[in-house]
Amino acid sequence: MKNSMVLLSPTAILGYGFPESSFTRGLSFDPDLIAVDAGSTDPGPYYLGSGKPFVPRGAVKRDMAYLLRAALSRRIPLLIGSAGGSGAKPHLDWCHDILLAVAREEGLSFRLAVIPADISKELLLKKMAAGKVEPLGPVPPLTAEIVAESTYLAAQMGIEPLVAALEGGADVILAGRCYDPSIFAALPVKEGYPAGLAYHLGKILECAAIAALPGSGSDCMIGILEEDRFLIEPASRERRATVDSVAAHTLYEKGDPYRLPGPGGLLDLHESSFEQVTERRVAVKGSRFLPSPSYTVKVEGARLIGHRVITIAGARDPRFIASLDQVISGVKERTSDNFSGDAGRFELFFHLYGRNGVMGPQEPRPQASHEVGIVIEALAETSELAEAVLGFARSTMLHFGFPGRIATAGNLAFPYSPSDFQVGGAYAFSVYHLMSVEHPEELFPITYEEVRP
Amino acid sequence: MKKLVELATVIRTKNAGPYELTIDIIFKEREIYERIKQEKSLDAPLIARLYLIPVEDVLTVTYFDPAAAFKATIKRRVPSGSMGDTDIYGAQQHAPLLEISLPWGDTGATAP
Repeated sequence: MKNSMVLLSPTAILGYGFPESSFTRGLSFDPDLIAVDAGSTDPGPYYLGSGKPFVPRGAVKRDMAYLLRAALSRRIPLLIGSAGGSGAKPHLDWCHDILLAVAREEGLSFRLAVIPADISKELLLKKMAAGKVEPLGPVPPLTAEIVAESTYLAAQMGIEPLVAALEGGADVILAGRCYDPSIFAALPVKEGYPAGLAYHLGKILECAAIAALPGSGSDCMIGILEEDRFLIEPASRERRATVDSVAAHTLYEKGDPYRLPGPGGLLDLHESSFEQVTERRVAVKGSRFLPSPSYTVKVEGARLIGHRVITIAGARDPRFIASLDQVISGVKERTSDNFSGDAGRFELFFHLYGRNGVMGPQEPRPQASHEVGIVIEALAETSELAEAVLGFARSTMLHFGFPGRIATAGNLAFPYSPSDFQVGGAYAFSVYHLMSVEHPEELFPITYEEVRP
Repeated sequence: MKKLVELATVIRTKNAGPYELTIDIIFKEREIYERIKQEKSLDAPLIARLYLIPVEDVLTVTYFDPAAAFKATIKRRVPSGSMGDTDIYGAQQHAPLLEISLPWGDTGATAP
């Protein structure tokens, strides 16, 4: 084992970009690895459910070209995790296609490992029947029906398949859904560094310079792992890592900041300490990895809940705004009556911006301002029904008569013609569960390809 | 009483997975943090009152020493992106916290 290992994280999400100057400076640290997270569940269920990416192809291609050239010319591994955003098969295939296109255009040769993360419905049902599946937090229990309705199911892989691919001689690893820190922790753990430090460093690096001051999701971060601590420093001299910025990032997006569960174990930060070692660099020590008695992976899935059509309008009439609740219940009533033959096949929502559009019923100050933005949303079993329901609700609201009405030409101001927008399929998360497995590597089979120009 | 906005540098919310919303409050100085932590003036019942939820839906409440921060995680009103959701990332749910004051050598916290 060397005395230290340098990890370069170019950007928070593959395709979010990074300044060339930062990347060059990052490379001057002589990294042993470049790794980049390409995914998240943050943008909501649509992307996993529909199989679509959430970052544009051109943006991913731009980043990928820099990363491939740098890693291959330096003969260091490049790891890409949660390919295509959600990391299921269509996302992985999409990212794979971009990677091969870059390789062709740049004339690059390398050994590629592709690791899908898809879970078959049969396996999940079998595990459910065996009592090996549990909800992760306040998640509704899983039923066979929900599994059947889910479009794609992906499990977050830990370091094991990535370590196996590194041992298999991969220059580049393109992985489906990953536990975010895995792509950073795999090589250090393989080389004998403490898993606790490697995972904690991975937790910070997966968001790149978001943990710096000023923070950025599109700039590079460097991690230096030593035997008993790690160092973190942003590549750009315009940013600093501070004890506060790094410790604060440890809180980010987690339920309990002291105990961070992942595949195969728990990252325990009770003994972690953060120290400012230079103006721009923080040292962290004491983080521990506690292996769990049974190996669990997080399985994610989403299902189609209908088709969505929306309209956007504004209201400026004070009398209309004062009567909004009454108008909305009237419009809902008229719509239910008009489509009584389709009862149960559609839902109608009103988002009121300027009143409680952001917090809904949790809004502490639900008083309306002088104007209100209204998004009417129809969600229905078919796009045709959604369109019909939305159109009816829109025209009903436009001409709805309410006590004290003085402006009788129309209640709504539309910024667009056409006024209604087809959003397409609407999805909801359906699976967010922990599944116990005996042989995690079996879930994540590795395929090797010799890429030649 | 002191206004929370005067004591903190960061007051934010964000998804912790699609089913939970996590609240982070990072204090300006360690001294302030220690005082709040000692008085336990930020707690689950206060969060429940602010978010109009039963206290059982406040899943965790933690004082996190390394960041001089208070953290609470609550059940999301609606899972991220499900029917009726208003904030997919959960990043704009912090407003109720901007209005509270905490005891500063006087009596209980006040919610608006």
